[in-house]
Amino acid sequence: MADIVLPGESVNAKHPNLKLGPGLLQLPGGPLISTKAGTLRHNSNRSKWYVESNSRRYVPAAQEAVIGVVVGKNGAEGFRVDIGGPHNANLDALAFEGATKRNRPNLKVGSLLYARVSLSHKDMEPELECFDAQTRKSEGYGELKGGFVISCSLKTCRQLLDPNHFLIPLLGSKFPLDAAVGLNGRVWVKSKEPKHVIAAVRCMERVDPEGENLDGKSVNEFLDTLDI
Amino acid sequence: MRPPSPSIPEKEFVVEALKQGLRLDGRAALEMRRPTLTFGPDLGWVDCSLGKTRVLAQVEAKMVKPPPERPFEGQITIHSEISPMASSEYEQGRPSEEEVTITRMLDKIIRRSDVVDKESLCIQSGQRVWNLRLTVHFLADSGNMLDCACLAAIVALKHFRRPEVEVVGDEVIVHPPTERAPMPLSMHHTPFCLTFAYFQDTSIPAILDPNRLEQRLSAGVMSIALNAQRELCVVQKAGGVPLPPTEILRIVGVSTEKSKELDKFVKERLEDDWKTRKVEVV
Repeated sequence: MADIVLPGESVNAKHPNLKLGPGLLQLPGGPLISTKAGTLRHNSNRSKWYVESNSRRYVPAAQEAVIGVVVGKNGAEGFRVDIGGPHNANLDALAFEGATKRNRPNLKVGSLLYARVSLSHKDMEPELECFDAQTRKSEGYGELKGGFVISCSLKTCRQLLDPNHFLIPLLGSKFPLDAAVGLNGRVWVKSKEPKHVIAAVRCMERVDPEGENLDGKSVNEFLDTLDI
Repeated sequence: MRPPSPSIPEKEFVVEALKQGLRLDGRAALEMRRPTLTFGPDLGWVDCSLGKTRVLAQVEAKMVKPPPERPFEGQITIHSEISPMASSEYEQGRPSEEEVTITRMLDKIIRRSDVVDKESLCIQSGQRVWNLRLTVHFLADSGNMLDCACLAAIVALKHFRRPEVEVVGDEVIVHPPTERAPMPLSMHHTPFCLTFAYFQDTSIPAILDPNRLEQRLSAGVMSIALNAQRELCVVQKAGGVPLPPTEILRIVGVSTEKSKELDKFVKERLEDDWKTRKVEVV
């Protein structure tokens, strides 16, 4: 099952309703190749294929939740947001819940945002939105006030979104905290006490596979050594 | 592309935590990250890391003809360039302000404070001297690359051994390491560089060995280079918040303690490494 592929390697995936995920590309004419180094994976009925890898540089993909920093304004129409990718993303000022031409969100340069990538094309700058375009509700997206942002590897972020992952429930059992996980290698945490946030930062760093790659038991022991 | 400056919540949080005496990695204000030293297969090849900051230093020696105005002195050249490998912040070709500072500090600490006895590098006066080439590679930037680079460079010089030479008449015989044990460099002293960061808010005390975020948010850094004998080599403070003389004296006192610790640590690590190497003389 664990198949390691390298960039450019041809991948043998066949299904009448084949869907390709990150790291796979169909060339014109039909051959299927991988564009990343990693483990080739597929879902149970072999219709969806993707390459799972770990990296530090984020490449935006549509529908992914990301944490960004406002770096500038596009006149009155929107904002330029750094999402840690190769290009800054554009965020329209109307892509917020309840935003109208008169009532625009009040974001400053340096504000933190939780947003979804709505457009990602290889020849265009990515676009973000802070609401669900169908329901026009915020769905949890919007400005993040206070708290702190932790950088981690992209693999850790994906793992943290798994409801069975131990870290966030474990931290939550020790102290109250708010968290938002962006798939661009940034995790936002907020708690009343700075020492709790620092404990979360230190745990996150030690769980990262690039660092010590600790498991739940060791993190629990580590948390007991901290004064929280 | 330059990454944007830290976001407003990050700034506020770091300052708030520092006011309570808390640092992001759980260190005390005047505690440095524990350095790790890894020695390579060659002598004079050292990989030094402070947390996630990582610097590699390498020393090579070759024989050159000295300039006529200094016929008895060997030469040391330092090559340091921050490539985009350290962080996406740095660009190829264009030296950043930080790179200029680091290069100048390395020059002051290693060359101008006379770490290596240059006259001992002379082979034949006016004819041949040793030229030491110290190359510093910055592999990863997580703040305070200067201290890390300085530590790596000093340890690399201490770790290096040059081949023994013999002068017979006008002939210079270089003995390969298999024949005669290579000689360590004669060094006058071992300075260590320590960097302290200051903040706009004066209620926050100085912090030693700032990480990348702390360095970005600080209102100025002061770098002190001194050896374990409390001989100050370089004090550098380029702009930033004004400091009273008592504060500087306090920092010098702290630095002395730290450099004593570093000196002991470096000696231990070098001894450990030396035990694993067998130099056989036939």
